Parts: sequence; C-alpha cells; structure tokens
Amino acid sequence: MTFLNSLWRNEKSRELLIQVVVLICIGWFLSWLVANVDANFKALGKDISFEFLFIPAGYDINQYLIDYNNRDSHLRAGIVGLLNTGLVAFFGIILATFLGVTIGIIRLSKNWLASKIAYWYVEFTRNVPILLHILLWHGIIINTLPHPKQAINLADVSFLSNRGFYIPKPLTENGIELVYLFFVIGIIFSILFFKYSKKKQDETGIQYPVFWINLFVIISLPLIAFFISGMPISLEIPALKGFNFKGGMYMSPELAALTFALGIYTAAFIAEIVRAGILAVDKGQREAAESIGLKPSKVMKLVVLPQARRVIIPPLTSQYLNLTKNSSLAIAIGYMDLVATLGGISLNQTGREMETMVIVMLIYLSVSLSISSLMNWYNNRVKLVGR
Amino acid sequence: MVTNKKSPSKPVIEIKEMHKWFGTFHVLKNISLKVNQGERIVICGPSGSGKSTLIRCINRLEVHQKGDIIVNDTELSGDLKNLEAIRSDVGMVFQSFNLFPHLSVLENCTLAPIWVRGMPKKEANDLAMELLTRVKIPEQAQKFPGQLSGGQQQRVAIARSLCMQPKIMLFDEPTSALDPEMIKEVLDTMIELAETGMTMLVVTHEMGFAKKVADSVIFMDEGEIIEQNNPKSFFTNPKNERTKLFLSQILNH
Amino acid sequence: MNPETYKPGSYPNLPPPIGTVGVYGWIRNNLFSSLSNSLLTLLSVTLLYYLIDGIIGWFILDAVFDANSKIECRKIDGGACWAVITRRIGQFVYGFYPEAERWRIDITFYGMFVAFAPLLYPDLPKRKYLLWFSGIFPVLAYLFVNGGYLGLSKVDYNLFGGFMLTVIIGITGIVCSLPIGIVLALGRQSKLTVVRTLSVCFIEFMRGVPLITLLFVASSMLNYFMPPGTNFSILVRVIIMFTFFSAAYIAEVIRGGIQAIPKGQYEAADALGLNYWQTTRYITLPQAMKISIPGIVNTFIGLYKDTTLVVVIGLLDPLGIGRASLADTKWNGLSIEVYLFVALFFFISCLAMSRYSLWLEKKLNTDHK
Repeated sequence: MTFLNSLWRNEKSRELLIQVVVLICIGWFLSWLVANVDANFKALGKDISFEFLFIPAGYDINQYLIDYNNRDSHLRAGIVGLLNTGLVAFFGIILATFLGVTIGIIRLSKNWLASKIAYWYVEFTRNVPILLHILLWHGIIINTLPHPKQAINLADVSFLSNRGFYIPKPLTENGIELVYLFFVIGIIFSILFFKYSKKKQDETGIQYPVFWINLFVIISLPLIAFFISGMPISLEIPALKGFNFKGGMYMSPELAALTFALGIYTAAFIAEIVRAGILAVDKGQREAAESIGLKPSKVMKLVVLPQARRVIIPPLTSQYLNLTKNSSLAIAIGYMDLVATLGGISLNQTGREMETMVIVMLIYLSVSLSISSLMNWYNNRVKLVGR
Repeated sequence: MVTNKKSPSKPVIEIKEMHKWFGTFHVLKNISLKVNQGERIVICGPSGSGKSTLIRCINRLEVHQKGDIIVNDTELSGDLKNLEAIRSDVGMVFQSFNLFPHLSVLENCTLAPIWVRGMPKKEANDLAMELLTRVKIPEQAQKFPGQLSGGQQQRVAIARSLCMQPKIMLFDEPTSALDPEMIKEVLDTMIELAETGMTMLVVTHEMGFAKKVADSVIFMDEGEIIEQNNPKSFFTNPKNERTKLFLSQILNH
Repeated sequence: MNPETYKPGSYPNLPPPIGTVGVYGWIRNNLFSSLSNSLLTLLSVTLLYYLIDGIIGWFILDAVFDANSKIECRKIDGGACWAVITRRIGQFVYGFYPEAERWRIDITFYGMFVAFAPLLYPDLPKRKYLLWFSGIFPVLAYLFVNGGYLGLSKVDYNLFGGFMLTVIIGITGIVCSLPIGIVLALGRQSKLTVVRTLSVCFIEFMRGVPLITLLFVASSMLNYFMPPGTNFSILVRVIIMFTFFSAAYIAEVIRGGIQAIPKGQYEAADALGLNYWQTTRYITLPQAMKISIPGIVNTFIGLYKDTTLVVVIGLLDPLGIGRASLADTKWNGLSIEVYLFVALFFFISCLAMSRYSLWLEKKLNTDHK
C-alpha cells in the first residue's frame, strides 16, 4: 500500500498512473463496442468487406465531371460524387468570397442606408438554417423558371429553364497548343517582371504599375496566339431536342440551387469576418499612415490589409470548411455529392452502412484536418513577432 | 537601518549548485545560496539575468534540472506532499499582482486558508481583515480588484499571501508595474513587514529599499550570482566590473 | 461687426452652426456627403422600393390566407397561398401529438421560459427559488410530455414533430452538451498526454465530419454498437448525436475562454497552495465560463438551426411536416410558401436569441467583475 502511496505522491508517477488508468478504461470501452458490433453482425449474418466498391452501381447520376454510366462500379460512383462535392464547393467558395467581401465593405461604408441594408441582409441570411436556403432556392428554380420549351434565351447560345442551365461548351482543336504555350509564357513573364520591378524600386525608387502590365500580358499573349493559329476553339451550342437540351455545358438546377444557397449563406458570415478584421486594425494605424503622406489606397494596401489579413484568414478558412461540410446537404435535393452517392444510394442498395459511412467520414475528416494544419502553418508564419 | 532578528545558525533556504535550462538555454548557472531565518535579501541585475527565474524556482513555479533546493529542511523535488508543505510556508507577490478578478478583496484573501488549510470561514475572515488592516486598506474588503488602484491591488496581494502565514516571502519585482506615486505605499508595507522579522527575498530595482532594509544584496548577471555583500559595501565598494557597470547605469540617471 | 468680448474663463456654450447637426445635418453627413455616397443612397432607395413593393404585394396584399386547395387560392388572388399553413398550423407546431393532449406541450413550453429565466437573467429578483424550479424542470418536462405517469396518457416518440420537436432536440442537446464540453475543454488543456490526445481526437473528429453523416450513423449504425437487443428510439439516438456534436464545438469555445485567462492567475493559485481541482473550480472555470458565454449562445443558435437536418433521416421537424404537406396533391407546388414560413419562424427565434446574446455580452463587459 505504501508503494502505491509513494507513487501517488510523486508528480511524475502520479501523472503516469492516471494516464494508465484512463487508457485501460478507454480500452475496455472500445473492446465492449467491438464485441457488440461483432455479436450484432453475427446475428444479422453481416460481415465487413469493401468488395461492394467494385460491383456495378446500377444508378444514374445526372451531373458528372468524369464519364459515368450506371454500369460503373460503386467506387467510380463515389469518385463522381466526390468530384461533385468539389465542384459545388469550388463555385460556392468563389461566390461566397466575392459576395461576402463586397457586403463586408458596404457594411463599413459611411453611407447609413447602404450599411443598414447590408446589415439586414446579413441578419436575414444568417438566422435562417442552411437547409432552408437550399430548399428555397431549389423551390424557386423549379417552380418559377419556365419549361425547356419556353426556356429563357440568352443570345441564342445560353438557356435557363427549370431543368437546368446550359451554356456553350468550348471545344479545343488542333493548334490549341500554341495558345497554352503563350499563356504559360505570359505567367512566367509576370513573375519575372514582378521580381524585376521590385528590385528596380529598391534601387532607384521608380514604381511600375505591375498589376496592370501583368494583366495585360497574360490576356493579350494567348489572345494573339489564338488568332495566329486560326482560332482553334469552337463552341458547342446547346440545342433543344425533344423535351430538353443536348450539348453544351450543363449545370443542373440542383447544382445551381446548392451553389446559390451555400454562396449566399456563407457570404453573410464572411461579411462579418471581413468587417471585424478591418475594424480590428487600430484607428491609430490609419491615422499614422495618413500623417506620413500615404494615399488612402496605399494606406489600405500597406498598413490596414496586412494587419486585417491576420485576423481574417483563420475564421475565413473555417467558413470555407463549413461550406464544404454543408454541401453534404445536397442529398436533400437530389444532388449527387459524396454523401448522396456512397452514403445514400450505394448504402441503401448494398446495405453496407458501416463501410460506406467510414469512407465518407474519413474523406471529410482528412480534408478538414489538412486545411486546419495548413492554416496553423500560415498562422505561425504571419504571427506578429513579440518578446 | 532596520534592525533584524535573525538566527544565524538556521538556514531556511539552502540552494546547492543549482542549474536550470529553458530548452537549450542555460538560464541559471551553478547557483549556491544560503538564506537564514529573518534575513532580508535583495536580488538585482539587468533584465534577462535570471533573477525572477531564481526565486520562482524556490516555490517550484519553475522546475530546476540540476542541484538541490532545500526549504525549511524539506527538499524541493517531484514529491507532491513536500511541495504542498513548502508552498504553504512560502508566499509570493507578483509583478502583475495576479489578484482573482471575480472574487472580492476579502474572498481573494480567504480562499486559500479555507480550502488549503481548512480554516472555518469566520476565522479566515477575521484573519483576512487583520492583515488587510496591516496593509492599511481594511475599508476595501468588499470591493473587487478592478475597482482598486495598482498600489492598493499590490497591497491586497501581499495581504493575500500573508493570510497563509508563511515563513518566507518572495517578491518578484513588486513595484515595477506601478505608477511612481504608488510605489512608496507598497515599499512602506514591505518595510513594515521586514520589521516583524519575516524572511524576505526581493527582486527589485528599488535601491533605496535595499539600502534601508536589506541584510544582503545579490547581483546577478547572465544566470550567475556575480556578487553578494552587505548593502554598505555593495553600493560603495563593488568588487566586480559588471557590478560596477550595472550600478552606474541605475544609480545616476 | 464687433465680436463679443468675454473675460477668459467665462465664454458661454453656443449652439453649433445650422445644417451641421439635427436631422438635416445627419442626412447630409450620412447619406449625401459626397458624390459617390449620394449615388449609393439613390441606388439603395431604388432597390428598397422595388424589394418592399414586391414583397408586401406578394406576402400580404395579394395573398390568400384561407382556401381549400392551391387551385382555389389562385382563383382568389395571385399572391402567396398561405392557406397551406393556416390549415395545417397544428401539425407545424405539435407534429402528430394527439390533439387532446396538446395542452401538455403548451404548459411545458411556458414552464421552460420560467425555468430558463433565472439562468439567463442574472439580476432577476427571487432568483434562488426559481433556480430550484430550473433544477427539477427537466424531469418534470420529461414526465409531462412523455406521459405514462400520474394519469397522463403515454405519447409515443414517433408522434413528436413540428416546432415542438425542434425545441426538444435543441434544448436537450445544448443542456446535455454543456457539461461534456467543459470536461473536453479541460481535457484538451491537460498536461497528461493521454487525456489531451483523447480529447483532441474526439473534438477534431466531431468538428471534421458533416452533421448529416453523424445523423446517418445515428439512424442506421448506432444500434450495432449497443448490446444485441437494445432498442433506443430514433429520437433518443438523434439527441445523443447532437449532444456529442455540440459538445465538441462548446469545448473549443470554452478552451478559448480558458486561454484568455492570464497565466499569472494560475501562478498565484499555485503559489497559494491550491491544487488542480481547486484551481479549476474556483479560479479557472468561473472566469472562463464568463468569457465564453457569447460563444456558447452562438453555438446554441447554430445547433438550433441544425435541428432542421433531421428531416433527411425522416423525423418530422417543421421541414418534414412541410414536405408532407407538399406531397398532398391539394397543396402541390407551394414549396416557396411552406419554406418561407419555416424560414420566418427560425429567423424570428434566432434573431431574438442573438439579440439576447449581444445584450448579455454588453452587460458582462460593463460589470465591474
């Protein structure tokens, strides 16, 4: 007994003892869970195997980035689902960022009316659950847009109907290589020019309008190549055949509804983050910058935004992650994302709840954790140096 | 000069060849020190010299990696019972006061006696009021730390430590965070404490206090004890070059 | 003109020039201070006009509030057909809870406000007595709503639905997740590697997966982890998942609160001889919880909104009731009205809660504590 007592008295051994006890308890609990699963599975005649991934899926997916038909395996269906998740996350993040930053800046405007409108936009959007946004947008698109036969017609090349959006699809032909080459040359030039102009500024103080020059080069070089090689891009125009359109690039109403809903919902949160970030920079900073003669645009670029960036980026990344996780609600309107394919139809057809859910959760978990660690790395890099 | 009642044959703190590292940084080098009961020691030195770290090692807020620290005949080690005994006998006053903002002044003082020594509430309250009177702010008992001035807060911090009836008091730059007009009231409290025979180790830049009260002044630089002497010899006749340099920087500006 | 001369120290307080203050001044400064500002104002006013005109028209002026079917609605007027709501309002609020027993829900609902009042409003008079009621309220509510005792008929969980279900899942989830969240937060800050790793793993897992996957697990897989033969109602399983999910987020909020406490507080507690549990109970948690309250209320608002997800696994929350209504051929195609109604409910309740949170934050910041 006194041996245990002396173990308890010593700081290090006490910590070790507690941890051993905790490990034992957790271990016992986990083994109890496994035993239960085992017993239940035996009773139901189920087993754990991932072979189902390779049998044909047998269902259709209407929005896909890679080729897919219903004879492809569940694995391929899952990959299509994953790509669809990425697709909606990509569009959603772009929309949310642009909209969010704009609204955030309007919120900071001195114009009382504009700022109040932005305020109420944020309040209305934030306080309604995301699922409701998705269902509402889907309802609006399905119920108010016309049938394909009476589709809204944009210059005879784009069409909006309640079966989806169609825009022309660019097809590349021979000679496209020159355009790619010139594009790459443009990028390389921009990087080199950026470095050169910095050096020039350090040495002589002369400043070049780097941004505009680079933009011009990146756009004009490929354009020149495009015309030189005889315009090697043609457009496949969608055409009405029967009850729906064929050809062109297709965005299903589900994808559109999901993108709008996620973009608008997340934009409200991003607006608040941007606003808080800019307000977090002390007013004195702006005053000091102006008193040394910097113009308002330079004050923003050199003093306010670098400091605001530090405060904005972590919660911003967190919102991007939220958007990606919220995209899993796609199943509510029938958009075939990762959860709807593997965790939805595949799960129902094969009955493999355990395996599919584990795969789906692991994928989301790895995305989350990698973005988090990326963000931690960024945070450490931009930390303000202190004592 | 404040008279002292010390028993020269009984060291209450004994540090033998103590070393401490922060990671790979060797912050305390071969520290050897004896403090007798009732002695008042002032430790000074440039910032980064390790003086705060030294006294924080004595109540194990920092852990030393080599050497021995013996407080009241108890060795400071990983043994938790020993640590509890030592911490009950050693009080500490911090540079940033560290009063508990969600408790009243009185509750700040009675928290430890009630929960660590198991004192009944009335007894703890009486003890706290007695000590608050001693530091001359009994009327602030029901107020909260946020309502007090810096000097008042530090005096409450002193009273709070004294409520545990320690035998040794450690002071880590107690006046460095105070506005100049409040330094005197805190120093006066510390002088009065010294007059009662408390063993005190004080890290400070207040050389006036050292001259008045200290039995011994220690100069530390870069983790080592460079010089230790009685105040008279220390200030008028420093032996080491670095001591001379330091004294010239702080005494004449 | 001769300026008035005054002795130094006796200059009177004069009013400012006209046009710089008052209504006119405010309009000039805030709406028309520059060309771009004025344009913005005109743009905003135009936007508002069209918006409000359209909304009021569709929502109220042209709307039909009672009819037998969508077709009938359209015959009467062209705006929103609110009849789908008014005819089914009972289901939207109570789900399929027996009509004769609905008074039990009403009493429990009002009782809930009484139970929460002392927790949410720290200055309430007679707070001590009300807190006793708050303590036993959960048990009372369970008995009352569930039934089967004291002569009250038992109501099966499958009949729960509508806004009542939202409130039950939300409130139970948040109340249960708070203690778990505190434990997780303390665990994450622990010096013990094993405890810290376990807490981190749990928290990161719950925060890394979408809630819908957890609900799928609750509906299809959770039973496998229990000894063969146990059968929890789907409602209980869902509440368990919500609790764990919310606990992870609350743990992060509280951890932020703990980290905001200056290190000196711990050192002072150590120096006074307080051990880990005493320090946690008297120093760390009181301060951390106070700082965390706005974050906790925000997490609750998020949880409350997330309860809508249960429609995907077949529970009849307001969205589920809405979908069931839309499936009726009488009301087919009225999805916008149904969803807008549910959206309005959430908007009003969430707005109220976030207003409360702002009020509480301000109150705590100005308290001298």
